[in-house]
Amino acid sequence: MLKSALKATILFALIAVTAYLAFYYAPIEKSMGVIQKIFYLHISCAFSAFVAFGTCFYANLRYVFTRAPKSDWLAVSAAEVGLAFISVVLITGPIWAHPVWGIWWTWDARLTLTFVLGLLYVSYLLLRSMIEEPDKRALFSALFGIFAFLDVPLVYFSIRWWRTQHPQPVILGGPGSGLEPRMRVSYLLMWGALTGLLILLLSARYKLEALRASVDDLRREAEVR
Amino acid sequence: MTTPGFFPTGIRFENIDKRYGGLYALRRVSLEVRAGECVAFAGRNGSGKTTLLRIAARLVRTSAGTVKFVASASETADSGARIGFVAHATMVYDELTAEENLLLFAKLQGIAGHAARAATLLEEVGLSERRGSLVRTFSRGMRQRVAIARALLNEPSVLLLDEPATGLDPEGITWLANTLRRMRDAGRTILMSLHGESEISALATRAVRLDAGAVVADTQAGASLHSIVTFAGA
Amino acid sequence: MALLADATTLLGKELRTEFRSRELLTTTVVFILVVVVLFSFTFDPSTSESRRFGPGLLWLSFLFAASLMLQPCFLREQNNDTLSALRLSVRDPFSIFLAKLSANTLFLLLTEVLMLPIFAILYNVHILSVFPQLVLVLFLGSLGVAIPGTAFSAISAQARMRELMLPLLLLPLLTPVLIASTEATGALLEVNPALRADWLGFLLGFDLVFLTALWLFGEYLLEE
Repeated sequence: MLKSALKATILFALIAVTAYLAFYYAPIEKSMGVIQKIFYLHISCAFSAFVAFGTCFYANLRYVFTRAPKSDWLAVSAAEVGLAFISVVLITGPIWAHPVWGIWWTWDARLTLTFVLGLLYVSYLLLRSMIEEPDKRALFSALFGIFAFLDVPLVYFSIRWWRTQHPQPVILGGPGSGLEPRMRVSYLLMWGALTGLLILLLSARYKLEALRASVDDLRREAEVR
Repeated sequence: MTTPGFFPTGIRFENIDKRYGGLYALRRVSLEVRAGECVAFAGRNGSGKTTLLRIAARLVRTSAGTVKFVASASETADSGARIGFVAHATMVYDELTAEENLLLFAKLQGIAGHAARAATLLEEVGLSERRGSLVRTFSRGMRQRVAIARALLNEPSVLLLDEPATGLDPEGITWLANTLRRMRDAGRTILMSLHGESEISALATRAVRLDAGAVVADTQAGASLHSIVTFAGA
Repeated sequence: MALLADATTLLGKELRTEFRSRELLTTTVVFILVVVVLFSFTFDPSTSESRRFGPGLLWLSFLFAASLMLQPCFLREQNNDTLSALRLSVRDPFSIFLAKLSANTLFLLLTEVLMLPIFAILYNVHILSVFPQLVLVLFLGSLGVAIPGTAFSAISAQARMRELMLPLLLLPLLTPVLIASTEATGALLEVNPALRADWLGFLLGFDLVFLTALWLFGEYLLEE
């Protein structure tokens, strides 16, 4: 309890420092101006979201082959945490896009993929809530999760090919390419901090799921008696 | 009814656990059924009879423990064991005719001369005349006859029956008892769950009573066998 | 070989039961018809407008229809526990999926081909000269709908609110099929029709990815 509180405090401090760095240490981007600051949070959250969904896929596969409830707990935790991160991405994206491109939303491959990915994992969680029996819930949601994850590259490429034939706003200076050194430091720190946040959230959610499962077991046993 | 390639087969349940969530449907069930035995499973609803039979049929995966089929010749007869299964539900299609159902499952099971086999069974269960009627139009008893015919298609060496007398009229029960007696006497292994005493429970050479997923009594024939079956039916 | 033999036997069963009642086919045709007619009120269905919106609305209606049509696919097998009978009988559980997805593809294709002339008349587009090419697009697209659709109908059969669950699971996943099929259909309805090999290749790729996944994971979908 104390340990996790300590971890959370350290992480909070780290995020505060990186936020400070992003705003005051890193220079203001020439063409986009101050709005570019959102990039640090946006990209890092997107990264965390994809790592979370990757973890979910791994846990789904593992569940199907081992049937260990732990894999199921990891899968649901990863899906929920991934959805939290992807929500941040979907909120910060338009905030960034509007001043820069002049529009809130564009059906660009990455944006659309993020959106569809979000939808797929909302369906995943909905499906879980619709199956009562724990083993069945774990198995069938895992199988859906596997199919959903396989769809990710297909969605990405279909939208990319589709969009190349239609006019679309140019994304200014692809991030990552030739970042200014102070920007790079701020970005890497933010990335590290949010990866830390991902791990913290994931482990907290995992523990909650483990507790939930044992409560569920106890309740079922009590009902039989 | 014996065919070449029929091996008397026993079943060995080793430490079977089946959990649904945290709830145990079966807990540490170990049971050795020898080839040619006719075992009656008794117990209240929810005692685990159905689950055990479904596990034996490999329809349900165990949470722990294994089921082994033991043929007289070798222990590795797993894939060779021919299983016939009669469940609560009829396991046949209402929207197909009796004959179409039997032909379909005979074909899927790779039975040589499936048309002849289906015809023989229709004759045996007394449905030859109604072979062309949709199962939907059948009475409950007739459906159960089709269900039993389906389970016998592959001339099983192990027969698993979950309350096989359900829906049968007295005449049907006599017919079923005669069929099972012939199968038992031919050396086929029979595992059945029963509800109360009947002509069919009289066939049992052994009775096992389950309660809350555990074996609580196991008797080899005699007077106590009857008491187990009847007691559980109450 | 046993796989194909079993799949063929089962496909025969699926076709026989459907053509005996024709429940799925008639309701799906009527459903698509209703959607296509209703859509025509949402814009001016002149030839040029229809070329822009037609392919998309056609495929959307196919997708919605499919998510309804695939509903009973595994639910029917639960009624009398016939799924267990199949699992006990077949030598390879994949044959069950192979049969069902072939039947579903066929049913979808049939309703779609029936809808094409009606669509052409209502929306003033010419399809006669490109009919075989259109059928090819319809086939690859329907296969793309039927493969994950059949798999998910086994999943949704286990859930509460299954009538809503299947579309929710299936439709987001079909984004690539919707895009590729719409683009390929659109190119065929242009003034100078073109067969878009790239999109057809993409559809084929989609079909293969999910067919492989179904082959690998199908047996787990049948567990109880």
